[in-house]
Amino acid sequence: MAYNLIGKDFVPPDIHGKVTGKAKYAEDFRVEGMVFGKLLTSPVPHGRVTNIDASEALAMDGVIGILTANDDGVGALLTNEPKFVGDPILALAAVDETIAQDAIDRIVLDIEPLDYTVDPLDSLYPGGPDARSDGSNVGGGRTGLERRRVKWTARDFSAAEEGQLPMGEPAWQWSYGDIETGFQEADLVFDESFVTQGNSHHSMEPRTAMAYWQGGKCYVHTGSQSLTASLAGIADQLGITIDELVYVNENCGGGFGSKGTAAQTAGISGHLSKQIGRPVMLRISRHEEFYIGSARGTLQGRIKIGFRRDGRIVAIDFSVVQDGGANGGFQDSGDAAQAVSIMYQPESMRFRGIPVLTNTTPRGPQRGPGQNQVAAAMEPILDKAARDLGLDRLAIRKLNAPDNNATVGGQQIPVTSAYMPDALDKGAGMFNWAEQQVRSGERNGSKVFGVGIGQAYHDVGRTGYDGLLVLTPDGKLHLHSGVGNLGTYSYASTTRPAAEILKCDWENCIVHQGTNARHLPIASTQTGSNTSWTMTRTNYVAAVDAVAKLKEIAAIDLGGSPEDYEIGDHKVFATEDPERHLTYAQAAQRAIELGGKFSGQEMPDEIHNVTKAAVAGIAGTGLVGVAKDTLRMEGDVPALACGFAAVEVDLETGKVEILDYVGVADCGTVLHPQGLSQQVKGGAVWGVGLALMERQIYDPQNGLPGNVSFDHCKPPTYLDVPSSMNWDAVDIADPQNPVGARGIGEPPMGAAAAAVLCAISDALEGHLFNRTPVVPDMIINHVVGQRQSYRALQIHTA
Amino acid sequence: MTDSNILPSDWPQPQHVEDQTGTLDSLARTPSSRRQFIKGVIASGAVASSAGFVFGCSPDSSAPTVAGGVERLVTLNVNGQARPVDVLPNETLAMTLRYKLGLTGTKLGCDRGECGACTVNIDGVTHYSCSTLTHSVRGRQVLTVEGLEGADGTLHPVQQAMIDELGPQCGFCTPGQVMSAVALLDSNPNPTREEARQAMSGNLCRCGAYDHYLNSVMRAAKV
Repeated sequence: MAYNLIGKDFVPPDIHGKVTGKAKYAEDFRVEGMVFGKLLTSPVPHGRVTNIDASEALAMDGVIGILTANDDGVGALLTNEPKFVGDPILALAAVDETIAQDAIDRIVLDIEPLDYTVDPLDSLYPGGPDARSDGSNVGGGRTGLERRRVKWTARDFSAAEEGQLPMGEPAWQWSYGDIETGFQEADLVFDESFVTQGNSHHSMEPRTAMAYWQGGKCYVHTGSQSLTASLAGIADQLGITIDELVYVNENCGGGFGSKGTAAQTAGISGHLSKQIGRPVMLRISRHEEFYIGSARGTLQGRIKIGFRRDGRIVAIDFSVVQDGGANGGFQDSGDAAQAVSIMYQPESMRFRGIPVLTNTTPRGPQRGPGQNQVAAAMEPILDKAARDLGLDRLAIRKLNAPDNNATVGGQQIPVTSAYMPDALDKGAGMFNWAEQQVRSGERNGSKVFGVGIGQAYHDVGRTGYDGLLVLTPDGKLHLHSGVGNLGTYSYASTTRPAAEILKCDWENCIVHQGTNARHLPIASTQTGSNTSWTMTRTNYVAAVDAVAKLKEIAAIDLGGSPEDYEIGDHKVFATEDPERHLTYAQAAQRAIELGGKFSGQEMPDEIHNVTKAAVAGIAGTGLVGVAKDTLRMEGDVPALACGFAAVEVDLETGKVEILDYVGVADCGTVLHPQGLSQQVKGGAVWGVGLALMERQIYDPQNGLPGNVSFDHCKPPTYLDVPSSMNWDAVDIADPQNPVGARGIGEPPMGAAAAAVLCAISDALEGHLFNRTPVVPDMIINHVVGQRQSYRALQIHTA
Repeated sequence: MTDSNILPSDWPQPQHVEDQTGTLDSLARTPSSRRQFIKGVIASGAVASSAGFVFGCSPDSSAPTVAGGVERLVTLNVNGQARPVDVLPNETLAMTLRYKLGLTGTKLGCDRGECGACTVNIDGVTHYSCSTLTHSVRGRQVLTVEGLEGADGTLHPVQQAMIDELGPQCGFCTPGQVMSAVALLDSNPNPTREEARQAMSGNLCRCGAYDHYLNSVMRAAKV
């Protein structure tokens, strides 16, 4: 379908501020009387605070007050039972940050050490340590599971020493088909255990927060990926209603899942401000960001997989033990299983998983949580099968890849659309797979050439949110976006379908975002790559509502019925006689005069209370289009991506250099080509981190983190990735989105990680490390035939 | 190398805070090494006397002091303007810019010389302003991201190229990326892509926008 705006590049309204330094992030705001907060965080992995003596600190000049878990309403924002090193125990306010830190240093903290663990398998072993003092070791966090105690039997661990993942009673499980029969009938069966190590999100902007109270409201400045979706959580932290909250979040300096809703720092700064009666800037240091900035769950997994001779996958038995960190973690295991089921369409499959609490940093969703780790684990195994069966690695993927007939998960839900074979073909052509793969194993001094393909998935569809726009008497279209601004520009690109439906020039459109003070409708959290799908729908329904109102007003003023009118060129006009028309500006003025539903004095019952407040805020300013998305959504909405990588592995240094990379997205209609390019390539950079560099290191003896800084964690730099990458998209519309769009942000990472790992394996004659990241010493140890430095299934290793 | 090792040998060395909670505490709170660096430098300064947000410069600061500090009232040249400012001996340029001169375009991503978000150009050379003492830039030309835009709103070619190529994602590292690109093109107006990659490599971008940033640099070089 030919569009005027969709699929075209545009200048996002916020980018000027980003390149000039005018864009404001939380730490860039100043308020009269502002003071500084500082956290006292736990020095131990698990303990009970038995006494806090802050008398000396509070006696210092310049110290204003402290906040502890014992203060009213603070709840879980601070704790007297820290569960990981860095867990915030106390916040202190002082006139400047040095005094605050000096005062923190003078607080005498008595902590009774408690049992702790940094490895889920240790905790599941009979008599093993529990991360919580109530004896629970499984569930909690965002797993959807009640916390409880689970211990497996020693027999369950019988093969663990040899590296086989134990699996006792799972917390999650599903299956379909008959895997036993599948394995019996398979021509080739592998049973591989693997480890994907967790890593920190490392958002560039630490979750600094500034808060103050004025006129009965709390003003909170902090970065979140989401905007209106963060309101309820912040209000809840502060014990206020959404009406009593002004949330300013114009820019968010990176989140990647860790800032899906506002962090606890919003609540801490708000409570501290309330307590001392002054605005509080709570700057979060890079180290503190490591502690409370979230991390990806570590997976210890096992894949038993059966292939027919032709390469078709007939059975998969997939098991995962997930490090849920101190909070319980996210649903990485189940998401990984869902990804396995869609990406390889096995004829039968069983999944068993368990999230285990440890005394490491809290874990949350990180870009493709579960899906991207398992892409890195699975795809090299697919290559191994292709080698053993004498098949082309591209062919075995295409044979098993999801298309429009694909189903997902234990309930075998159909997809709304999927074109993975097309994506693979497109990528293979761009990469010149046929010629590149011939070079596998080619030597260049100490370096060996290898190529690989990776694929990944994420589910990206939500529904039920609201759209809101206003045509004003100056002829402008005001697009109210409740989406956060996390750097994808989707807060703006998802409003363009509304302008498209209303046939408005983009120059006449104004996007409102950044604070609920600008009257923004409820939106989904800006997470899970769902914004493109979810918020194009809301903007579409709001625009459809506006079009209907334009036609109704025209019929009232110009006669006839609404069906007699069309829109175009910023006018609503009679189809039979285009001269009989109202301009949008005139119609907006008439909407104000008519009142009621036309200008927001009346509004649909079914819209969310946040949207109702937004509509009330703009009522009477023009013609209001507002509606809840109730469009059809049946099935799983997949975001799919594949990647092709060429590498050189230096057998003397263990260094891997990525020579070439091509990424292809299957995400329905392309909304914003430049933005999509950013997601495909930026995701690939993350994939390089997952494959080669990033992990959290914990000392198992003392429960201490070993790499809390950028320098030690080493996210990829310019020099770790190719200086240029190529990309494309399948660009076939999804039938259940009004403009055909699906999301994409997450799977380009898994695709790239898998492609790089497959390429390394290719260079090393098919060797499987079954572990991420693959760091240089692992490569050297393999090349010289030396034992690896880690134990089987060990996590948090350097 | 610990942070304390970067102190000049003739400066007072950090005075380590007595460890109240044992080894675990000192291990867990490694940021204290930087804090002790700051405190050590504070110890070389005069009594704090001006109000402000910057560490240790409030009127009621209780920071320990010794005699023999450096002059505090200095005039900096920032973005071509003379900017008189009251500067503590321990003050970093990033804090002076952000909290005293209102130039918040310079971002603090790590505050310890790891990420480059705070990059500014001093006499045309990139510096991490989080790791540059303000006193060390007296008499030198400091250029921040705010100093690039013309009075008529015309953007620097690097800024315009970053818009045209959609260089930034979240934008937090962008001012630093812009400054590194400006310094590169000032010294090498026609870099190869590889030269640009090397020149920009001190600027971390967690969004992974490297390809778009390099496209921006190469586009700006053609202007």
